[in-house]
Amino acid sequence: MSAPSTNHHRGVGVEVRGLRKSFGKQEVLKGVEFSVSPGEVFVLMGPSGSGKSVLLRHIIGLEPPDAGDILIANKSIQEPGVFDEHHLAMVFQSGALLNSMTVGENVGLYLAEHRLKPPEEINRIVSEKLAAVGLAGVEDKLPAELSGGMKKRAAIARALVSEPALILYDEPTSELDPVSAVVVGEEIARLNQSSGVTSIVVSHDRDLAFGIADRIAVILEGKILAIGSPAEIRRIEEPAIQDFLNAKFSRPKSS
Amino acid sequence: MFQNIGELVLLFWRTLLALPLAWRQRQKIYEQLHEIGNASLLMVCMLGFFIGAVIALQTGPVLVERGLHSYVGGMVGYSIARELAPVMMGVLIAGRIGSAMTAEIGSMRVYQEIDALRTMNIHPVHFLVMPRVVAISVALPMLVAFAILVGWLGGATIAATNQHIQVSAKAFFQDLRNVVELADVIHGVVKSFCFAVIIGLVACHQGLVTRGGPRGIGRSVTKSVVNSIVLIVVFDYLITRVLQK
Ligand SMILES: Nc1ncnc2c1ncn2[C@@H]1O[C@H](COP(=O)(O)OP(=O)(O)OP(=O)(O)O)[C@@H](O)[C@H]1O
Ligand SMILES: [Mg+2]
Repeated sequence: MSAPSTNHHRGVGVEVRGLRKSFGKQEVLKGVEFSVSPGEVFVLMGPSGSGKSVLLRHIIGLEPPDAGDILIANKSIQEPGVFDEHHLAMVFQSGALLNSMTVGENVGLYLAEHRLKPPEEINRIVSEKLAAVGLAGVEDKLPAELSGGMKKRAAIARALVSEPALILYDEPTSELDPVSAVVVGEEIARLNQSSGVTSIVVSHDRDLAFGIADRIAVILEGKILAIGSPAEIRRIEEPAIQDFLNAKFSRPKSS
Repeated sequence: MFQNIGELVLLFWRTLLALPLAWRQRQKIYEQLHEIGNASLLMVCMLGFFIGAVIALQTGPVLVERGLHSYVGGMVGYSIARELAPVMMGVLIAGRIGSAMTAEIGSMRVYQEIDALRTMNIHPVHFLVMPRVVAISVALPMLVAFAILVGWLGGATIAATNQHIQVSAKAFFQDLRNVVELADVIHGVVKSFCFAVIIGLVACHQGLVTRGGPRGIGRSVTKSVVNSIVLIVVFDYLITRVLQK
């Protein structure tokens, strides 16, 4: 790595080393290791309860690890100032919009609180970002007046506004209809291409994962089982991974 | 409880450090003030009036029976200004405003809104705690000053109209002015300022440490109100002791 980049449009690399975390007696992360290159779209797949959300919370510094470390652009997040130097954004599984504020205020919050832009400029950016996720014109609504999928998309708009170097998406398409899911997936990929932002996407959505990922990691019970390009992951014959990737509904046959 | 006190002191310190940002957050402080005023002004009026009324009703006949007509105004005025208005309004505001603050911040905590703020490098103390503590610390002393006046009015009304007292409003206030000094009113208002800081900090702290869904919010709200009231009564004694010459 050469001189530290101050350009926030550029993605940062992430390295997770031997990450362990327990809640009480339950060991949720059991030595997770992987690294993500700058500008990569990295998709984490795994069954419910395997520790994906907990892992994302560690990467963005909301949860202290029991052991192990996380490096953002080769700097441990334990060091002070890392999050000031590289802005990270997260789209929460629930959206986590501030319910007492309008959607527009939510989306513009980062800019307004840090006084990065004058109010008219913020309004313009907010409208632009909302339009980009297919939510034009909902600025004045309250989050409670949006559907689950709309909240998710508003949360994505809020993450985009800060022009982060790394975006963590926690199940960005989980509450969306197939068409909106494709729109959001394309938006994630487009953003990644246009600004080079590193994206870590947690998802159960196989179409999304194989559609946008540069690399996929499969996590099971707090451990990374496999990492590779979509094609490599498909070729892996490990039963646990095949079961997860190929699970289908099958109607009970009437005999 | 002791760990709570440590955390409260820490939160107090952080809030103090965030005070220079008050001007930047004036919009939020103003919104909080507005909410506090709207939610409590009518209740403060009623509570203030009836506290004055009941003190007059309790003490008036006893004093008058012993020929101490001219002590009714002073007695009622003094006890309202120094003790009853600040403590009762503190309890009222802990129940009315403190609980709402805890519920709001607690639900933000439970629904990950505070996590979302942190990912945006927005500090919850700057964004949520400081504006609330400042607003309540401004509002409560004003409400108490107002309650003292209303309480005196309530006392005077009962003193004049109750058949066992029958001290005219003019005589009541004359006597009140002989006994109650401005310092007594200031004593009450200063106390209420301390209570306000306590209520604001306890409410925000309980909100921030909320765990475990809607039920957790309920538990936090209860704790917030109970702890505030206990601390108000304890600090009432301590502050009175310190301010006594
Ligand atoms: N704050 C917490 N306290 C205690 N246990 C927790 C906490 N957060 C998560 N867990 C536990 O950690 C495990 C993993 O949770 P996590 O939310 O990471 O799952 P996930 O992989 O994101 O699942 P899903 O796909 O359903 O969102 C779960 O068993 C959960 O009960
Ligand atoms: Mg999850």
